[in-house]
This record gives sequence, C-alpha cells and structure tokens, in this order.
Amino acid sequence: MEFFQLFVSGLANGSVYGLIALGFVLIYKATEAVNFAQGDFMMLGAFIALWLTNPEYIGLSFWIAAPMAMAAMGGLGYALDVTIIRRMFGQSQTAVVILTIALGFVIRFVAGLFWGHEPQTLQSPLAVGDLTIGGVVLGMADVTIIVVTGLLTFALFQFFKRTKLGLAMQASSQNQMAAYYMGIPVKRVQGFIWALSGVVAAVAGILFASKGAIDPNAGLLGIKAFAAAVIGGFGSLPGALIGGLIIGVIEPFAARYLPAGYSQMAPYALLLFVLVFRPHGLFSQVRTKKV
Amino acid sequence: MRIHFKTSYNDDIRLFEDRFTALKYAVLLAFAIALPFLLGDFYLGEATNVLIWAIAGLGLMLLTGQTGQVSLGHAAFLALGAYSNLILLDKGVPFIISFPLAGIITGVVGTIIAIPALRLHGIYLAIATMTISILADDIIVLTEPWTGGVVGMFPPTIDIFGFEIERWSQPDRFYYLVLITTVICTLFYRNLLRAPLGRAFAAVRDSEVSAAAMGVHISRTKMTAFGISCAITGLAGALMGYFSGMVNNETFTVVISIQLLMMIVIGGLGTIHGAFFGAFVVAFLPQGLSIAKDWFGSSSVAIPGLETGVFGMILILFILFEPGGIYGRWVKTRIWLELFPFARKDMFKRQKSYLKTERLR
Repeated sequence: MEFFQLFVSGLANGSVYGLIALGFVLIYKATEAVNFAQGDFMMLGAFIALWLTNPEYIGLSFWIAAPMAMAAMGGLGYALDVTIIRRMFGQSQTAVVILTIALGFVIRFVAGLFWGHEPQTLQSPLAVGDLTIGGVVLGMADVTIIVVTGLLTFALFQFFKRTKLGLAMQASSQNQMAAYYMGIPVKRVQGFIWALSGVVAAVAGILFASKGAIDPNAGLLGIKAFAAAVIGGFGSLPGALIGGLIIGVIEPFAARYLPAGYSQMAPYALLLFVLVFRPHGLFSQVRTKKV
Repeated sequence: MRIHFKTSYNDDIRLFEDRFTALKYAVLLAFAIALPFLLGDFYLGEATNVLIWAIAGLGLMLLTGQTGQVSLGHAAFLALGAYSNLILLDKGVPFIISFPLAGIITGVVGTIIAIPALRLHGIYLAIATMTISILADDIIVLTEPWTGGVVGMFPPTIDIFGFEIERWSQPDRFYYLVLITTVICTLFYRNLLRAPLGRAFAAVRDSEVSAAAMGVHISRTKMTAFGISCAITGLAGALMGYFSGMVNNETFTVVISIQLLMMIVIGGLGTIHGAFFGAFVVAFLPQGLSIAKDWFGSSSVAIPGLETGVFGMILILFILFEPGGIYGRWVKTRIWLELFPFARKDMFKRQKSYLKTERLR
C-alpha cells in the first residue's frame, strides 16, 4: 500500500514538473530557444490566479479567476515575445538562454514586490476532499492534476501533429529561412507559441498552487522541470510528460529509501546519468552531421 | 587613429600592438600597485573583490567567450578550488604550494568532468553544468569530514616563508597577493590567445565543422579549454574563500554560477577587458544600490531579490541593445571618436541571420 501511496503522490508532483517541461518543449519545438524563465512564468501564473481568487485580495470565483489568469499569462507571453525575445530573432540559442535567465530574475523580483515573500495558498475548489481507492488515499487535487496534465499533453501533441499551425511551428524551428520561403509568418508564429507556453505555465501554476503553498522562489522548481524535459528528449511533448513523471516518482521513493542527504540528489543524478549516456534524451531527435 | 604597418607575421601576434599600448597598460599596472596608498581599507577590500571576480571571470571567459561552451556550473569549480586549498593547508601543506595545487586539482577535475560533457552541445551543456553546480551543494554537505559541511571552514592566516598575510588586519598585503595572481592569470590568458591553442579555441567557437576541417581536434581542444578554465576558476575560488573569511555549502551556490556568466556577458564576451568590466559591475552593484536606496530615503528596508532583479534588468538591456557588452560599447565609442566626423551609423549593424535547428545537425 505504501508503495502505491508514494507512487501516486509522485505522479501528481511529476505532472506539475511535466507541465512546466511542456512549456520548455513548446518553445523549443517552435523557436529552437529554451526559456529558462518557464518556472518563473509558472510562479507568476499561480500568483495572478491567487490574487484574483483569494478573499484577502480581489475574491473572484475560482472558475472565473482561472481562465483570467490563463489569459493574462498568455498576453504576457505574447508581449514578452514582441518586446524582448523578437529582437533576438536569428541569434544563437545561448544569447536567448542568458536573456531568459535574466528575465526570470526580474519576474521573481517583481512578484516579490507585489505579493511578498511569505508562502501563500490558493483557495481552490480543487483542493477539497479525498478519494479512497482500495486503501490508497488520493487527494482530489492530485487526481485533478494528473487528469488535466494528461489531457493537455494529448491536446498539444495532436495540435503539433495535425494542425497546419503546429506544422508551421515545427518548420520554422527547423530552418527559419526556409520557413519564410514557404510563406510562414515566422515571427507571428513565434509570438503565438510564447503566448501558448504562457497559458500552459498558468495552468501548471494554478494546479501547483492548489496543491501547496507558493512563494516567489517557487520558480526554482523549473530546474527539476529541466531534468524532466532533458530526460524526455527536449523536442518531444509526450517525452516531457514522461520525464516529469519519472522525476516525480523517483523523488518520494528516494526520500523514503535512500539515506538522508542523498535523496534530494536523486533527480539531478538521474539527469546527469541521462545526459552522459543518452545525451539527447529517451526520445532523441538528434542526428549528427558528419564532416 | 593609428595605422600599423605590418612587415612580419609576428606583428600579428605581438603582446602589445605598439609602444603606446604597452605604455597604457604599464600606467594601469602602476596605478593598481599604487592603489593601497590611495584608498581606505574599505574601498581597498572592494578593489580586491573586483580583482577576484575578474580572475573567476577570466576563467569562465576562456571557456564561454573563447571556446563557445556555455557553463552554468563554474561556482562548483570555485568551491572545489576553495576547499582543496583549505584542505591542503589543513594537512600542513604550505600556502605557496597549496594555492597553485588547488588550481591544478580543479583543472584536473574539470578535465575529467569535461569528458562526458563534451558530447553535449549548447543548452544541454548549460543544463549539465548547472546540475553539477546544484549537486556541489549536497556533495559538500555529504563530505562533511573533509569540508566541514554546513559549519564550513575558516581560512587560516596565509604564510609565505614567514611573511604573513591576514585578510582583515592587512588588507594591503592581501590585495597585492590578489593583484599578482590577477596579473599572472591575465598574462597567461593573453599569451594563450597568441598561441596555436588559443586560435584553436576560437575556431571551435566559430564553427566546429570548419575547425575540424582545418585539423583541430575538437574534443581534445574543448577538454583543454575546460581544464584551463577550471584551473583559473579554482585559483579565484581559493582567493574568494580567503576574502569571505569562511566557506560552507552555501558560499558557492548555483546563483553565483549564473552571476558569473551574466558578468562576462555584461563585460563583453570573448575579451579580457570584458572580464574586468563585468567584475566592476558585479562588485559595485550592491554598493551602488544601497547608495541609491539612501537617496530614496528607504535605507532601512531590505528588499529581497533587488540585487539580482536589477542585475537581470541591466543584463536584458545589454543583450538587447549592446550585445558586445561594456567593452563593445567602449570600442565603438573609441572608433567613433577616432574617425570623427566620418563614422557612419550603420557601421556596426548586425548582419541579419537565420537560425537552423540543432536537432538535425
């Protein structure tokens, strides 16, 4: 029983990592850049939802506040792309990496100014009640997180595979100039993907905040989501989810069965292991050009 | 504007372009030597801090600016340098041996870490090195018998053949120690760039494919770059340990790694000057902010994250408007002055470029 209990709580945590990793992968798939601020996006989305919902702030109904937070984060993602990221168009990945790290610092600072550094909880209707299945107690929040993440990954996967826009995104990441020749408005496509990843970050943030407290440093969770994205192979949406689940499941087991001090190293050790032995993840998309 | 008429290939790789340049740097060095007589103890400490950061910056610059390998994990190597120096001192090794040895140990470990890391490109390398930096914290706690774990270690007084250097009571002596290290590292770096190895680094940075075609052994070159970079960083780490007066698992966090990378970007990637300019910004930003807060009259209120937030904003502005960093801006201003009034507006315009995927190399 204990095994299943750990497993399920790991799955719920892992889904949040997977959701943040989805944000990385979306942007990577369409723009070939990596958004190191994705974790901070998630934190910001959570705080916006919390600010709209909690009675000590605005006090709207959760079901109104959640879409509003998602829309706000989508708008913010688009605005960031238009004002900042688009200027880096065609520049190397590294420059964008450094830029987004800096962006993360700024977001964390601004969130701290607005909402303080005390941990706060979102008063979410998702967090109420437990489900007991054969002796295993599941929080409703955990179940919701797992279900929503699964659905979202499936929807995004279909979006990239089936729709014209999804294909256009993949094309513009593979070769920007060729995509232009094919009549794809590359910059607008990139703006759209940043907005989409903002929305995904907001979803992750809302789910994360219904499960536990958030503070401006919650964005550092993004580092674990990196591990998830890398294990999954960075360019693959289902890979990101599976990577997130692996990291999420390993954590409680490591905490339970490994000696203290070693347990928090487990996800990172796994990440290094994957990077050394399968550098491009479990769902690799890299082929090397021979000289 | 000075025109150099080059008559031999050696002119291209001379240490100083001409006598005037050599004179400029001689004056700078003389100024640095005279600094303890000009400044009070507090500002001398700040100057020392700048130089230590500059050494660390040089180390990372060699790897990131020169060889093009982004590392977000250099704080781990700072820690390794600091701890190996302190542990060697603990075992009774004299400082004059333990200090260079700390650099060598860090370099060797860096080279070993580079072997698997070499298979990674771009962001993967950045993430792998960042992971190393995160793990360093836990490893320091786990190896408590040697490192003192959370309690940390306290650097003893430096003793070079009976000549004592105590960081707090003799800041001028400590400053000279740091200055000598800085000069040695800078000269080493500059000479490396003149040697075939330095040019191999630049070739790897600019295009691995063409470097390989020109006969550069890519992985060996990257490994060497990693090793030398880590060695210099290790020396900086050892000095940083002395400067902060205490090292524990939280002295060298992943934030320091990130700050180091941002520092060399602000200073100007790929230039020696950049490491020094960046170090100025990093070292004086906290002071500048507290002065600015005094002006706004809210000195007593500590705003968490303010420093990194402002640092981030400065960095964003630099990447957007001056990718060459402070040194790049300086070069442009100088050329504008030299050519006055003939400088054109589009002279430094970036070429339009398009990105291709790295996944299908």
